[in-house]
Amino acid sequence: MSHHDHEHQAVPSDLTLRVKALESLLVEKGLVDRAALDALVDNYEHKVGPRNGARVVARAWVDPAYKQRLLEDATAAIGELGYGGAQGEHMVVVENTPAVHNLIVCTLCSCYPWSVLGLPPVWYKSSAYRSRSVIDPRGVLREFRLDLGAGVEVRVWDSTAELRYLVLPERPAGTENWSEEALAALVTRDAMVGVAKVPAPPKGATA
Amino acid sequence: MNGIHDMGGMQDLGPVQPEQNEPVFHAPWEGRVFAINIALGAWRKWNTDAGRHRIELIPPADYLRMSYYEKWLQRIIQLAVNAGLVTRDEIESGRPAQGSEKATPPFTPDRVALLQRTGAGARRDVPAEARFRAGQRVRARNIHPLGHTRLPRYARGKLGTIHLDHGVYVFPDTNSHFLGENPQHVYSVRFAAQELWGGEASPRDAVYLDMWDNYLDPA
Repeated sequence: MSHHDHEHQAVPSDLTLRVKALESLLVEKGLVDRAALDALVDNYEHKVGPRNGARVVARAWVDPAYKQRLLEDATAAIGELGYGGAQGEHMVVVENTPAVHNLIVCTLCSCYPWSVLGLPPVWYKSSAYRSRSVIDPRGVLREFRLDLGAGVEVRVWDSTAELRYLVLPERPAGTENWSEEALAALVTRDAMVGVAKVPAPPKGATA
Repeated sequence: MNGIHDMGGMQDLGPVQPEQNEPVFHAPWEGRVFAINIALGAWRKWNTDAGRHRIELIPPADYLRMSYYEKWLQRIIQLAVNAGLVTRDEIESGRPAQGSEKATPPFTPDRVALLQRTGAGARRDVPAEARFRAGQRVRARNIHPLGHTRLPRYARGKLGTIHLDHGVYVFPDTNSHFLGENPQHVYSVRFAAQELWGGEASPRDAVYLDMWDNYLDPA
């Protein structure tokens, strides 16, 4: 996507300078610790991200008892894999099936399950996605090249409170004997938000 | 507040434009703004709900024009000034006021691990009456408060069904204005797409919203 659409307008060149000045002021006043800011940026750039969620999904695909726990108490089940904390304190996992497709949105701001998906992409926070996914989810999904049949029930989850949602996508055909690790590598962020399915591996691929 | 932020159901805001291989932050300043928001929050001069409301108070034309982290920058300056952590003069000059004492930052590097481990939940372990139960028909209240609310316009006055009870959580409508946590039950409520959007909507589809007790009436 271009950075020049209405959600990510040409960034005024003074923003870098303004933020530098603000940070220096806050450090000088002893209000923030610069090393802590570095650690926060590093955490969300390198440590927390959709690979966490992919591991949760892969575990649910190979371990029916885990999947049961995940659907009953997602926060605890996700915690078993070591993921939790900020914007993952109260998790709900919703399962896609051939008959039901789930889609996650936050119409009022940008609520997103940081602990398992990291920080949200720009499109998730965009006015376009936030406004239309509740009134025209099928149209939005078609923009993601996902065309659902009329027989499928679409459930849109608007994150209006402190519950954070993760979609458990359908396990693709042709992965019956795959390892948990190889399965996790197939799972995409978009599938865990519900704007995509997990693509089936090319025929003959094994892992 | 019936603000621009409450945009569920609007139709003319353009196509969704995913970006391939999108970075977490598009420029270093975005990461700094993100981190400053969290680190200053540790002073506990405001809460998450007040922080969300600050963004809602950005004038609509600016709200639509500004990038996401520009809004976070404006928000954090406003919160910090309102809480007395910094003054407008200091922001403009970039220097601490003469004679001001140097504080000790509460958010230290080791707090990142804690943030990742426990976060800051909004669930409260206090008794509160559950006015509704799963399967019950409810109607979302038709309210238009001037302050912060998490009841979107598109659901107000609509009929839904309680899907499940999530437990007791801080009530943002009061907490955002420092009027108390007022913990109450939050329910997942299912609204048929046709109830929300009329007969043109798919007869199978539904939108689920998480709604506090105070947003609902029995139907």
